Parts: sequence; C-alpha cells; structure tokens
Amino acid sequence: MAKQIEQLDRVIIRFAGDSGDGMQLTGDRFTQETASFGNDLSTLPNFPAEIRAPAGTLPGVSSFQLHFADHDIVTPGDAPDVLVAMNPAALKANLDDLPRGATVIVNTDEFTRRSLAKVGYDADPLTDGTLDGFKVSAVPLTSMTVEALAEADVSKKDAQRAKNMFALGLLSWMYNRPTEGTRAFLKTKFAKKPAILAANLAAFQAGWNFGETTEDFAVSYEIKPARLPAGTYRNITGNLATAYGLIAGSQRSGLPLFLGSYPITPASDILHELSRHKQFGVRTFQAEDEIAGVGAALGAAFGGALGVTTTSGPGMVLKQEAVGLAVMTELPLVVIDVQRAGPSTGMPTKTEQADLLMALYGRNGESPLPVVAPSSPADCFDTALEAVRLAITYRTPVVVLSDGYLANGSEPWRLPEVDALPEIDPGFATAPNGPDGSFLPYERDSDTLARPWAVPGTAGLEHRIGGIEKHASTGDISYTPANHDLMVRTRQGKIDAIARDVPPVDVSDPTGDADVLVLGWGGTYGSITAAVRRVRRSGGRIAQAHLRHLNPFPANLGEVLRGYDRVVVPEINLGQLALLLRGRYLVDVIGYNKVRGLPFRAEELAGVLQEVIDRGE
Amino acid sequence: MVSDNGARAAVGGNGGGFAGLDLVPRTGAAYKAKDFKSGQEVRWCPGCGDYAILAAFQSFLPELGVPRENIVIVSGIGCSSRFPYYLSTYGMHSIHGRAPAIATGLATSRPDLSVWVVTGDGDGLSIGGNHLIHALRRNVNINVLLFNNRIYGLTKGQYSPTSETGKITKSSPVGSLDHPFNPVSLALGAEAGFVARTVDSDRRHLTSVLRAAADHPGASFVEIYQNCPIFNDDAFEPLKDPSSRDARLLRMEHGEPLRLGADRGVVAGEFGGLEVVDVDAAGEDRLIRHDAHREDPGYAFALSRLDQPAFEHVPIGVFRDVRRPTYDELLNEQIADARSALGRGDLASLLASGDTWTVDRDA
Repeated sequence: MAKQIEQLDRVIIRFAGDSGDGMQLTGDRFTQETASFGNDLSTLPNFPAEIRAPAGTLPGVSSFQLHFADHDIVTPGDAPDVLVAMNPAALKANLDDLPRGATVIVNTDEFTRRSLAKVGYDADPLTDGTLDGFKVSAVPLTSMTVEALAEADVSKKDAQRAKNMFALGLLSWMYNRPTEGTRAFLKTKFAKKPAILAANLAAFQAGWNFGETTEDFAVSYEIKPARLPAGTYRNITGNLATAYGLIAGSQRSGLPLFLGSYPITPASDILHELSRHKQFGVRTFQAEDEIAGVGAALGAAFGGALGVTTTSGPGMVLKQEAVGLAVMTELPLVVIDVQRAGPSTGMPTKTEQADLLMALYGRNGESPLPVVAPSSPADCFDTALEAVRLAITYRTPVVVLSDGYLANGSEPWRLPEVDALPEIDPGFATAPNGPDGSFLPYERDSDTLARPWAVPGTAGLEHRIGGIEKHASTGDISYTPANHDLMVRTRQGKIDAIARDVPPVDVSDPTGDADVLVLGWGGTYGSITAAVRRVRRSGGRIAQAHLRHLNPFPANLGEVLRGYDRVVVPEINLGQLALLLRGRYLVDVIGYNKVRGLPFRAEELAGVLQEVIDRGE
Repeated sequence: MVSDNGARAAVGGNGGGFAGLDLVPRTGAAYKAKDFKSGQEVRWCPGCGDYAILAAFQSFLPELGVPRENIVIVSGIGCSSRFPYYLSTYGMHSIHGRAPAIATGLATSRPDLSVWVVTGDGDGLSIGGNHLIHALRRNVNINVLLFNNRIYGLTKGQYSPTSETGKITKSSPVGSLDHPFNPVSLALGAEAGFVARTVDSDRRHLTSVLRAAADHPGASFVEIYQNCPIFNDDAFEPLKDPSSRDARLLRMEHGEPLRLGADRGVVAGEFGGLEVVDVDAAGEDRLIRHDAHREDPGYAFALSRLDQPAFEHVPIGVFRDVRRPTYDELLNEQIADARSALGRGDLASLLASGDTWTVDRDA
C-alpha cells in the first residue's frame, strides 16, 4: 500500500545522542543527501569539548541540527520540528528547545531504569505525560538494528553501533532523501572492513524499510528542491571554505602557501585540510606552540611565501607579539582566528564574537591592521581570499574573524569561476629604488603606501628589518622623536587608506522609508537576516546592513548610520562593534547582546527589532 | 625567485663545498670580509666579546662561496641579537626568543638560503627555550649561534639561565636560586645532529667550528662563550688565562685521543660516564679517541658533563656531528611526491571535489 506523501516547504531536524553514537556523522550524511537533492540548507553541529564524556550523561550529549527548505534559508533554525533522541540524556538535554506539536523519535531501548536515573528522570518520560503534546514515535532502534543484522558477520557490539545508520535510513525514508551518496560514502569509509560495511549498509536499508512498512509512520514528506541561481553547488563548512580560500589566494598570487599552526578547537580542521593538498605546493607546519606557528609563517613571508597562521581566541592572545612584528616589518601575513566562547579556555566548541577588540587593539603600541569577518560558511572562501589580497597588496598582517558556528556549520555553495577570482600581484621589488643604487626598504608606493617587498635571493636589495622603530625611508634603526611620530601616523594612515579599496556598505531597505537599521558583522548574518524577514513579513519596516570589513570600515558607513533614527547592533559579545561605532561616528547605537555560545534565535531577534521599530510609533 | 617545489634536483649540484648548503647557489665572486660589513655603526659596549665574534663571522662568510643575497641572519632580542644589523646580508632582528621559529618558516620554504640564527643565553634558553629545542629535534637546516655570556646584558645585569647558582645580581641580591642550564647538554638532549662549543677570543677555533656547522646539513648548534665586560666580566677567565687554560680546555678533534694539557686525558668511567685521569697512571691506550659521528648522543652527552664542577675541564670543538634527513628536505620531498602522484593541483577541480549538484534554471 502506497503511503501518503505530504508536501512541506521546510523542516528542521535535530539528531541527538551520546558523543559515541555517531550523531555528527549521521547529521552530516543526512545533510549531504539533502544537498544533493537540491534543497537549500543550513546546519548547526553542537557537541561537547570532551571526546567521550561518560556514556548516557547530559554533558556527553552531541547533536546536529539541520534546516532544509524549498526556498532560500539563512539559519539552521530556532527550534526543531523533529528531534531524534538516541537516549534519555539526549531527550532531556533537547526537549526544552522543542515547540509543542513537534515530532520526537526516541530509541526506546535506551530508556532503561538505569539510564533514566543517570539523567535524573524519576519516571519514564515516555509514559508519565512529559511528552504530552508532542508526536512521539517510540522505536526500539538498537534492538531492531541488532535483529536486522542477525545474519551479519559482526559482533553484537558492532551491530549495536550501527543503530545510527538505522536512524538515518528511517529519516531518509521519511523525507524522501536520495540514498546513493550515503551508500557510496559507507563503501569508501569501510572499504577495508567488509563485514562492518555490510552491517552498516544493512542497518541503513533496514531503517528505510521500517519506515516504509510499519504503520507507526503513516506519512512521508517531500520538500521540493530550492529555486537557487543556476550553477554547480556543493555543501561546504566554514573551515573547509576558509582552507579553499587560502589555496585560491596562493594560486591567484602565485605565492606558495605556508601555514604555521598549532592544533586548537575549533580551528584545527583548517590545518587538517591544508595538510592534504601538498600538490598545490602547500607547506603545513605543525608548530610547537601558537607563537612558533605565527613566527614560522612570518619567516616564510619574509622569504616571499604566502604566510598564514590559524587559531582560536586563546591562541590568538599568544600570537599577538609576532603579529605586532608583522605590523612593524610590514610583511604580508594572514591570521585566522576562529572565535570561540571565552575568556581563557571558555567553551571551546561553542561560538562567540568577542575577539573583535582584541584583533584591533590587543597589541602593544599603535598597531593597526585590517580586520575582516565572513558572514556565512560559504562566505569564508571569499573572505579568506580578500584577506590574502589585502595582506599582499598592502604588506600588512590581516586578521580574519571567523567563529565556531561558521567553522562547523554548513550550507550550499555555488562554485565560483576560478578565472573570475581576483588576481593578486605580489609585485616583489627587483631593483634598487634609492640614490646611487641603494635600496630603501621603507620608501613607499605613493598610492597604496605599501613598502617594497624584497625577498632574500634578490641581489642588490639586501636589507635588515626588525621590531625596532626605523627611519621612514632607509629602514635603519631610528629613535628620533619626529621620525617615530611620522612612522606611527604612516602605519595608521596606510591601513586607514584601505577604506578606498573596500566596497561601500550595502543597505537593504525594500520600502525605502525604514526608520530603523539593523547592522551586524560576521557570523550573525544568517540570524539577523532571518529576523529581518520575519519583521518584514509582519509588515515591519526595517533596513539591514552587514559588515565584512571591520577595519577600516567602509567609507560610507558613517553616512549610512546617520541616515536612520535608530540603529540596532546585535552581537554575540557585550557590545564591541557598538563601542567602535559610538567612538568613531558618535552615533548612539542600540546594542543587543546574548553570549550563550550559540547563534541568535531569529524569533527572539525579530522581537527585539520590532520593539525598536515600535519605539518610534 | 621563490621556489615552490624545492626538490633537491631542482637546484642541482652547485659544485661548492659545505654539505649544509647543497641547495644554495654559489658565486664566483671573491668576497672579502669587508663585503659583509653593512656600514651601520656597531653599538656594543667597548670590549664586548660580540665584536670578536662579528669580525670572525665576517671573515668566515666569504669561504662559503654563497652569494650575499642568499644569506639570511635572524635574531631575537638581546645584545647578541643586534648582529644582523652589522652584516650586509638579508636579516631580521625579530622578537624575544622567537628567532628559531621564524628561521624555521624561512628555511623550510626557501631551501636556497643559508640561514643563521643568532641568539643569547637569555633569548635562546629562557624565553625562547621551547623554540630552540624543537628546531633542533626537527633538524631544520639552520645554524644556531648561541652567545653565552651567562648574564642578561641588555636589561642591565640580571642572572640568566646559564648563570651559576648563587649569582649576586640586581634581581638576586642575596644570590640566585636557579640551577643553570648547560646549553650543550640541552641541545644534545634534544638530539641535535650538530653540537659544538667555542670561545669568542679564539678566532681560529671559532672559525673552524663555524665551518663545521655550515658543513652540516640540518640544524647546527654552536655555543660561543662570550665575555660581557660590563655585567659579568671575566666569566670565562679560567679558560682564557694562559696559566690555567691548557689544563682546563679539552680540545676535541674527531679521531684524536681526548687530552687535557700535557699529562691528563679522558677515559671511560662508571655508568657510561667519562673521567679525566692522569695519562701516565691510566695508560695511553685507555684514552678515548673522539668520535663525533656516534649515532647515540649518550657519549657526547657524557662529554658535555665533564665541565662539572664548573670549568674544571671544558670540552670545546664538535661534540656531535651526525647526519639525518633535514626537515625542509623531507617536507619538500612530500610536496614533490604529491605532485608526481597527483600532478600540480588544479583549483577548479579542488573546489568541485566532493558531492556536487547542478541547478540549471535561474530563480
């Protein structure tokens, strides 16, 4: 009997289980199936810093949320429509996020008295009324998986471990996902373990078949492909896009990429990815510490390579002295800070935007440098490439402020035409620029104020640079008061002048008569955009703008800010951009700040925006 | 100009000596010491041992036969770290302790350069100790010259990590509590392939050690005893005074018996250690013939312990000279291997790797 198929325009699913249950893999596979089907999507992995917290406990819960739709979407969604809970801990940790009426699929095998007690359930939530108002599907996922694998040549433990594939099969049936990709993935992953491969394939199929045959699931759902601009797409996380953007920067500048890095959550994946692409001439150096990572990158830059270092907040702190040396020596350097919740160790796997002031002002002396921030996982590609362009063109370190949400979250990315990417000319110095064949390493280009980049091996341009203040032209050590004042102002002026090379901030104001502007930066773009859409759908008039360039600001920013009665600045910090805007433009912006280690909820933000709109009426 | 393949074959034999410079181009130019003077006014204190080291280094550089533009000196912070300013090569006076890290990035991405790190006991062993040991264990193709004056000079006289315990300084008015590092023991503990010691005032010995360091492919570590006339004058006087030095200096020569002065020598002691004995009493045959090429660093380490108690007998010369593949060579080989297996990377194919799908119509 053919089952009923219901059309939906969007769905939010959250897979939750123990950190050892393979929820990230399950979510990732469902995402790939969804991407290849052509839906628009956005994901939010959320996992503990502990590799394997004690099984069945609340701190050990790992989840993966996926929002997919037949139209353009910008966030992983506020609240799940469907929760897959592999154990009582996963149910308890996630239930508060669920609206009444949501679907809950639970693995009843794990709802034993002991597991319930471990998370403080006195009674079974499946029967005591806790789940009243939810659509509950109680499925013995583990035992059905073991049963399906009765004939398979695997241990009971391995059979149990395949339960995530059973769950994935069931959800794939429910949402009519294409499954070839997952089968191919499993075949590659377990190529050397045929028995495990057979078990996973069988569990995946059994999950699908269960959905199709059981009466518990009367309906399956269809979400049509999204109407996206024509092109070739792939799903991409922020960290992967960052790595690709750096390789693109290397290719478009013709400079070999040198990455000096020390492993740190959530930035390590960039190191992992770049270390796989040696055929591009990429050298990755896993240093003894954060300082050596940036130091080696700067040394490579002195030698004419594209020097890059990647880190997160606690590592950024350690790198600042060497970044200051890069400011002083005016060498190109790309510093990627994948921000996480701080201070100190903070919450390593949770997101935050609180490193902005450190990036700008966290070094001794007047130490200006450009700061850019990506707005979505795919935008990490363009932002990394832009950082490379600025670093090389202006002979300066550039800080990229990504964040944990962008790093691990994913979305479809329309592949760019490689030939259309900007070309970056390193413009190495090749000949003396001073009187009598002398070389003046601090004699600047009149347009960019960049100094010549003369790399070792170039005859006649031998010179010495360093952290000591230097003469404005010869680069020799100078302690002259007037020279220092000149150099401090020149370094600042060079960075300020980059504003001429930064696109003006683009304001979206469809009605053209909004009184309120919401201005964001970095990884909050999705949440703010979703909130703005909600406000506009309910008739609210609001303008929106988003900053990629945090230093220097786009030249028209002051004018834009002064064009609105009220400006709201939502940030996942306590008001760092707001402080900069007030100081720079004397505009009394209204901050909205939540620092929970998670992206803003669109609904909540929409409420805040509406409230600010209402103040004027 | 920037080599992005760096494979040994790409540069090829250059015909010069110095195995540590195999990938560095050579010049026919007949440089003199003065060609390596930068013209900057040298600003060390009168009588500083750094002058002697600078003069020896400038006289030595022409021997390398390397074009001036292919030599880079990287330093940290401290008196010794002003070194690069006084040489007409490329140079970077960087930040405190980080020179080995900076030089690692440079040497790894530019195998065609001769890279020298100049550091001191504070810069290299205190704030930069971590970078130093890691550069040595990785065997990056750099030469590290550590000027050891056993004091902080630039900050005006505090005790350093090589100062003797009980040292009275501005920051230790009743005597320092720190036990000092023996820099040679430390470098050997990190299994550096080349470890040597020399003295600022012995130009001929200093030059011979520089030559051996340049000849060694991979990380070379040279400790140079250097006098600070202002804050720690005559720290090495027992090793310089003609009346005492011969009895204290153990001049190591590969393949030769280890002798001190006329009547003493080194023999195997208990527990794998070494002992200084009277040659006549012990017998000439028991003297150890120095072998700098021993794979196991244990012997060289035992040699490095002979200076206890302080300056009783101090080995100078090459403790260890053992070759293994360099870090930069291996890294560049990995790149060459990846390219021969996969071809040079193609950006468009990289971006389109993984699962892709196509949207035909425009929204």
